[in-house]
Amino acid sequence: MTAPAGRLTARQLTLALGSGAARQLVIERLTLDAAPGEIVTVLGPSGCGKSTLLSALAGLVAPSGGTLSLDDQPLDGPHPALGLVFQQNTLLPWKTVEDNVAFGLKMRGQGRRARRTAALEMLNLVGLSGLGDRYPSQLSGGMQQRVEIARVLVNQPRVLLMDEPFAALDAQTRLMMQELLLEIWARVRVTIVFVTHDIDEAILLGDRVVVLTQRPGRIRETLPVPIARPRRAEVTTSAAFTDLKRRCLALVREETLQGLAAAN
Amino acid sequence: MSLAPVPTEVVVAPRVMAEQRTPQRRRAPRTRVRVPRVPPRVSVGRWLTRGLSLAVGMALWQWAASHHVDLGIVQFRNVPAPTEVAVAAAGLLASPKLAFHVRNSLGRVLGGFAGATVVGIGLGLLIGRWKRAADLLLPPLEVIRPIPGVAWIPLAILMFPSSELSMVFITFMGALFPILLNTIHGVEGLDARLVAGARTLGARSFSLFREVILPGAMPSIVTGLSIGMGTAWFCLVTAEMISGQYGIGYYTWESYNLQRYPDIVVGMLFIGLFGMLSSLAVKWVGALLMPWYRLREPAR
Repeated sequence: MTAPAGRLTARQLTLALGSGAARQLVIERLTLDAAPGEIVTVLGPSGCGKSTLLSALAGLVAPSGGTLSLDDQPLDGPHPALGLVFQQNTLLPWKTVEDNVAFGLKMRGQGRRARRTAALEMLNLVGLSGLGDRYPSQLSGGMQQRVEIARVLVNQPRVLLMDEPFAALDAQTRLMMQELLLEIWARVRVTIVFVTHDIDEAILLGDRVVVLTQRPGRIRETLPVPIARPRRAEVTTSAAFTDLKRRCLALVREETLQGLAAAN
Repeated sequence: MSLAPVPTEVVVAPRVMAEQRTPQRRRAPRTRVRVPRVPPRVSVGRWLTRGLSLAVGMALWQWAASHHVDLGIVQFRNVPAPTEVAVAAAGLLASPKLAFHVRNSLGRVLGGFAGATVVGIGLGLLIGRWKRAADLLLPPLEVIRPIPGVAWIPLAILMFPSSELSMVFITFMGALFPILLNTIHGVEGLDARLVAGARTLGARSFSLFREVILPGAMPSIVTGLSIGMGTAWFCLVTAEMISGQYGIGYYTWESYNLQRYPDIVVGMLFIGLFGMLSSLAVKWVGALLMPWYRLREPAR
């Protein structure tokens, strides 16, 4: 199920929300290149436009400047090869877990049997075998988020865009989900752009951590993560990790303070 | 007809005044607390109290009717006693006329209700989803909305060649607006994230309607259907009293004209019974259509 390539590129991307006097510059001339199979984590102070950036990469927000491309093809609007996992639950409550996972395939006109086979395989991948006939409301928050990942992966996207997908989970569950995501990624090798405000999460998952400035968001710094894979939660206590964490912390704090100063 | 509480399995939101919008159901943040949904146990003592209350009511009625009580502003001289009603009811149950009346009334209600369901849900989905459709379709509907179904009777008689069709039309008008307004409300109240999520997974206009918007609005639609069924009966009975030839409402009115007073009450009881049964049927169908809905209810 290895998808071909998956290079996502944003060049001189500028994003604005609202119109007229209420128009606000959210992202300014940002250039970002996610290589095939890479995990890029985007870190930034709250309100810096991380989520808007991700919505734009997913084709849900039209850029007001710059270009987006996927494997050198220009992007305009949602693309089936881009899978978006939201911060909050967007499972359809009236569909069973299996039907939720198979939803994307149904939209692409696949037959019932093919959908079922693929959905069961995905549920197995995210560790939810045997729960296909439950409804989302019968699952815990962490399980629901696994279903979210499964239903995006079933479309075999080249790029997975994740908008703080684990932010609403408790610390223990979040850690388990981060490890699960790394395991899945090791098997599927999809490109991942992962937005978060959690520094530990950004370092644990990412090949690179991109730190954004306060609004309007630009890239403050890109930090490669020199920690070998496969990674497990234990690496968060290693010297390399804490060193990197210290740098991220300083950068984010600086940007947050500047943001507060600008607001006053 | 006692108004005993309906079993708690019923999924639909409690009845609100006809044509009133149901309060917006905001999605509460999901919690993992699950309250087991056990119907509250009612003790034998409380059932006895309830039975006693009913018995006292019947006894008062029997006493007032048999003693021809006259309180000045209201008098019971011509009111049949429960015993007389029971005899009349047994008579009607044994007679072939009953099935005939019931079949006529049911046919009219179901005809009008079915029409209102198709038109109400169809227009409601369009109006709720597209601003243009709302601007185009809503103004004339808003003008008609405050006119009660019953007020249509004279015009309906003039408009339709058969009195049968005019009665169906009146029940249609009665049921239309609760269904339409609740459908619009259900579509507008749909969580935008569900729609966005489905779109990124490839859902386009028609599939989005079928897979996301219609099921998402369904709880609200079922509430509208249940209210609409009530108003349909209300309108039907009035219409039958005025222009009917058969039917339960007609039977009630005919009994008055023929001075068969116990039969009036029998007719009233049958109207109540069928109104209740058809509302229950709507709720039952709603529960069948939405097995997921009851599951999420405790999380609210």
